[in-house]
Amino acid sequence: MKKMNHGSQIFASILVNAVYAMINYPIVLISTLLAPFAFLIVISFVSHGALLPIAIGGALIMTMISAGTSLQGDLSHLKNDFKLQDMIVSSPTSARMYLIGMAISEIVYALPALLVLAILAGLYINTSILGYASIMAVMSIMFIFSISLGFFLSTLTSDVIQSWAFTGIISTILSALPPVYYPISYIPQQFQFIAYISPATYAAQIVQNATGYVTFSNSTLLIDWIVIIAVAAAMTVIAVKKSKWRED
Amino acid sequence: MGYLKCIKITKEYEKASKALRSVSFKVPSEGIFALIGRNGAGKTTLVRILATQLLPTSGSANLAGMDVVKDAKDLRGMIACVPQEARAIGWLTPRQFILSYLLWRGMDYSEAKRKTEDATKMLGIDQHLDTANRLLSGGTKRKVLVASVIASGAKILFLDEPTTGLDPISRSDLWRILSKLKRTHFIFLTTHYLEEAERLADKIGILDEGKLLALGTLEELRATVKYPYIIKILSDRKMLKPREGTVVKGVDGYYQIATKEKDAYEISKELIKEGVKFSMNPLSLDDIFYYIAKKPIEAENYEKDESW
Ligand SMILES: Nc1ncnc2c1ncn2[C@@H]1O[C@H](COP(=O)(O)OP(=O)(O)O)[C@@H](O)[C@H]1O
Ligand SMILES: [Mg+2]
Repeated sequence: MKKMNHGSQIFASILVNAVYAMINYPIVLISTLLAPFAFLIVISFVSHGALLPIAIGGALIMTMISAGTSLQGDLSHLKNDFKLQDMIVSSPTSARMYLIGMAISEIVYALPALLVLAILAGLYINTSILGYASIMAVMSIMFIFSISLGFFLSTLTSDVIQSWAFTGIISTILSALPPVYYPISYIPQQFQFIAYISPATYAAQIVQNATGYVTFSNSTLLIDWIVIIAVAAAMTVIAVKKSKWRED
Repeated sequence: MGYLKCIKITKEYEKASKALRSVSFKVPSEGIFALIGRNGAGKTTLVRILATQLLPTSGSANLAGMDVVKDAKDLRGMIACVPQEARAIGWLTPRQFILSYLLWRGMDYSEAKRKTEDATKMLGIDQHLDTANRLLSGGTKRKVLVASVIASGAKILFLDEPTTGLDPISRSDLWRILSKLKRTHFIFLTTHYLEEAERLADKIGILDEGKLLALGTLEELRATVKYPYIIKILSDRKMLKPREGTVVKGVDGYYQIATKEKDAYEISKELIKEGVKFSMNPLSLDDIFYYIAKKPIEAENYEKDESW
């Protein structure tokens, strides 16, 4: 049997899920570029610019989180409307290589937005090297979490309606609920516990702390790190072990 | 080449519904094996189990010396499948779709590029290589999928109802390609067009309500039928009773005499003498399917029909 070229396998996902989509439908580029800025702009205006650094940090996290949400939608579509997953299962491609390729494709997809946000971050977020490093680390962890979640859920769907339902639930929990673009202190005390349902809240606290706008105690930050790392690790294990690759 | 061997494969989706009931058979894994059966017979379920997409509830299957469950990882390197409702991704071109499929399978880029062009040439769709799939005709779309699995180099192909919904010309186009392909590949094909199995298949399996009712070459299936010749009376009701055989009212409304070859010739001679319009044929797969899957329900009625 011939050796498999893993580079090819990853490249295929990038081509289909990012490159070809952008080449064949250039409007896709505009939409991905716009997505993270909507909230950023609103929050900045409403706060008269005071929350701009936090909102930029929030947009960076949200870009990573929405990678998973859109992956869930993309893969469900390919699985249910084109039966692509069945074609891939009956081939030497493993679930893991498909997942890795798709994950990278979502980064490529988000690249234009990330580039603009990185420039804004450089301009408006004043922090140490360590601060930037922790922002990047949080982004990576949230990316791994959301991609694993999106992949896992996509393998469970059998039609587009189900996939929309998942998208609605994930978006609410991961983007509407958590105070990502503004500090959690803006939420009335008695309702803050709701925000803590979402892992994105813990990620946001670390990033907000790094921007220097809000300060959290070391013990809070430690908990934040533990929570996001644990949740991401658990989700990755679930995605690799429990995804419905071959059905039963 | 080895064998495809199924041992008591059963599949229950829910407690109540059994899609496959202890299906066992063995066929050489070469040429074309056609699984025929009505909608809901369990064809797709069996394809998905053999193509490692679905686990059986019980039983096992072995293909080219590998267990479809335990050795799935190795087997997947040798197989390719076009699922029943697969479609080439609409917003990709055939070139982009086939190329990506081959890359996903781990093929080097340059080889994948070449194979994409070769396969589309072979299927006569190379002039559409750069037109978006969603703009192609149904027949061409289907050929894009078939081209993908051919280009993969896999020697075992699963095609689940590849010609359903195609116009007669696209269908015979695909038949021509498959009959060329079967010299070098093992093709597991499902269809409910019996003519398709008749034309293409080396071995035919008849599946009904999750049970395998018969298996063999067309000749072997024909031999399982007691009266393999059919005389159809096309004009008036004047007819002769066969020495041995049955008279049935066919699904098309014409009365038919089912009998053995020798009787069939004798009856024909007499019908000619009497000037009765008729046709005489060996049983088609349609008739055999009808005979095996469901006894000719009209036979009994005929015997009660006094006007005869
Ligand atoms: N995912 C499923 N869940 C429950 N029942 C199913 C599922 N897929 C198929 N079935 C049932 O199993 C039986 C066989 O279906 P299928 O294998 O698709 O038949 P065919 O391909 O011959 O039309 C049908 O009664 C069908 O309704
Ligand atoms: Mg089917």
